[in-house]
Amino acid sequence: MEYKAFLIKYAEIGIKGNNRYMFENALVKQMKFAFKGVGKFTVRKQSGRVFAEAQGEFDFDEAVAALKTVFGITGICPVLIDENKDIEHLGKICGDYMKEEHPDAKTFKVFAKRADKRIPLNSMELAAEMGGYVLDAVPGIKVDVHNPEVKLTVEVRDKVYIYSKVIPGPGGMPIGTNGKAMLCLSGGIDSPVAGWMIAKRGVRIDATYFHAPPYTSERAKQKVVDLAKKVARYAGPINLHIVNFTDIQLAIYEKCPHDELTIIMRRYMMKIAEHFAKQQDCLALITGESIGQVASQTIHNLAITNEVCELPVFRPCIGMDKQEIVDIAEEIDTYETSILPFEDCCTIFVAKHPVTKGDLSRIKKSERALDDVIDDLMKAAIESTEIMYVKPE
Amino acid sequence: MECYFDNGATTKVFPEVKDIMVEVMEVEYGNPSSMHMKGFYAEKYVKDATNIIAKSLKANPKEIVFTSGGTESNNMALIGSAMANKRRGEHIISSRIEHASVYNPLFYLEDQGFEVTYLPVDEHGVVSLDALKEALRDDTILVSIMYVNNEIGALQPIEEIGKIVKAKNPQIVFHVDAIQGYGKYQINPKKAGIDLMSVSGHKIHGPKGIGFLYIKDKTKINPLILGGGQQKNMRSGTENVPGIAGLGKAAELIYKNHGEKMAYIKALKDSFIEQVLTIEDVKNNSGVAPHIASISFKGVRSEVLLHALEERGIYVSSGSACSSNHPAISGTLQAIGLGKEYLDSTLRFSFSIYNTKEQVDYTIEALKELLPMLRRFTRR
Repeated sequence: MEYKAFLIKYAEIGIKGNNRYMFENALVKQMKFAFKGVGKFTVRKQSGRVFAEAQGEFDFDEAVAALKTVFGITGICPVLIDENKDIEHLGKICGDYMKEEHPDAKTFKVFAKRADKRIPLNSMELAAEMGGYVLDAVPGIKVDVHNPEVKLTVEVRDKVYIYSKVIPGPGGMPIGTNGKAMLCLSGGIDSPVAGWMIAKRGVRIDATYFHAPPYTSERAKQKVVDLAKKVARYAGPINLHIVNFTDIQLAIYEKCPHDELTIIMRRYMMKIAEHFAKQQDCLALITGESIGQVASQTIHNLAITNEVCELPVFRPCIGMDKQEIVDIAEEIDTYETSILPFEDCCTIFVAKHPVTKGDLSRIKKSERALDDVIDDLMKAAIESTEIMYVKPE
Repeated sequence: MECYFDNGATTKVFPEVKDIMVEVMEVEYGNPSSMHMKGFYAEKYVKDATNIIAKSLKANPKEIVFTSGGTESNNMALIGSAMANKRRGEHIISSRIEHASVYNPLFYLEDQGFEVTYLPVDEHGVVSLDALKEALRDDTILVSIMYVNNEIGALQPIEEIGKIVKAKNPQIVFHVDAIQGYGKYQINPKKAGIDLMSVSGHKIHGPKGIGFLYIKDKTKINPLILGGGQQKNMRSGTENVPGIAGLGKAAELIYKNHGEKMAYIKALKDSFIEQVLTIEDVKNNSGVAPHIASISFKGVRSEVLLHALEERGIYVSSGSACSSNHPAISGTLQAIGLGKEYLDSTLRFSFSIYNTKEQVDYTIEALKELLPMLRRFTRR
């Protein structure tokens, strides 16, 4: 079956009242973005739906894969288009369509919509007529108006549109409808998933990555850029901030108790990420933290890390098990990249027995040892940060 | 200053090598198997390269089979000869300091029912001849020992090994992985009792993706890659003519004024080692090969030092290649009994004629600056 168009279903954005046009426009924009490299498509809003119609050759699977990266889409219906509105011709098309797409279906129902009033039949009559052709074409199939296995829709508008299948979309809300947030992106499994989950709610993403040359390598950095590219497939282009954290890390290492190293380090990372968040008009921070996953992510230590931030910190993975996070990482194709074995700056100086129940007043006391250097170090780290505009591949 | 000291990993091609490859790709792009002139001219490049290589080994041109590189040569030598000699026995001898492209075919052969003895080495990484004599059995069909070890540059007593093997039984196939040895030494396989010898192009300023296996006339060996019957049925597949021409040119050039070239590289290596040993807590594990220095820096992780040097334009390898999960094998550095405190702190500096004394001195200065800083921050 040669499909030429897709009818796009969306749920949540349909109920956003007067803002509806804004959500639809964002959806259309993101679909156009996703279709780049797939082929030429016109994407238009039409009577409360969005239609994407191919203007030339394209690969069906590639087009569906592209649409599955567009948040806001709940269903993707491949549509057959015909320009000949002759009833007998349409009947034959419907019969052929059902025979090819649903050869083993037991029951069906035809939904007809007649927007073009020049057609001699009304919607009900059109449905009945088309049903007759289908009954003739598909052996053993029956009509079931209450609980049909296949819902065949025939719409007669400027052209005739025939569809029955719904491929699930990613859901969520279109990118750009909910502001922007700053993702703390490491090379691990969790943070790209966290970024994806927040982007799914329509939030645009920027990212901050901390590297520590020579303790981390150029490949570790490239890995994070590659992860950002993968997230950008869904979230759109990302401003990736690459912060050289070596000197701060070494200062903490020299001056603070070793078992508090990771917590203190993360507090400064959050401060720097928040600095860039504000600079980029982000309204929140995002991390991949999950309660109890590692020593620095116990509820005590999360609270201590959180304490330095003024902006809200979103932690969408917070209640998830590792396997649940891995499942999403595999689905969004970040897992293979995340597990490449390059040392990141969190793992390099870890203590054998890091504090799991940190005490805020003690941590603050420990940080006082940094008083005479930390402002300069933070300033230097921020000023030397490289900002990379990362687009999907 | 850029200092490429990773010539054991790969080398920059000679400009003449690039030129001849471009010539083949642009002008003589024919298939050597084609019957027309275009094929004939392409074939000439293959013949020329074969002759140059054969001459460098004092071998017969028909004893050279081109492969995709060192790994394929080793695979073909080990699996091809083990299978062809299986009826005579199923015992193979190798050493504990071989490269993964020897180990993994050997592990494969073990799975196929062959038995492999891995000879120990002394603290310099040299295979024990007594152990070899003890290990040789009536059902031994194959001995595989590398010419120069890739991690520390230990030179193996190949001629002695050849004599011992052939004295036991001339039918035993003697394979030598000479990937780090060819181009560094004048090798005469016949004199050394070598039946099979693996060589790679890109270690001698030739292109990647090309190498050869020397197969002494009448050696029993099966091909691994079957197809159109090219290279007298020993290695099917259209010849990689640009690669072969490039390899031939590289062999020609590396053996031109060879003594001078090696003396130059050796002087760089010796100067480097002499200077590096003036730094505190540094240990030298290097063998006698002219191009490889293996140095341990106590208290610094090799990966960190490697990246710190990289920031200054100095490119080296981390020393330990312990990627094996086979119980008998533990990597060269462990095989020579290197202490635990040095194992993860070892770098390999490998030199070529493109390096200079200035680069060596610059690297020593960089090490002197970096080591105190890096040693201050180590895992507690």
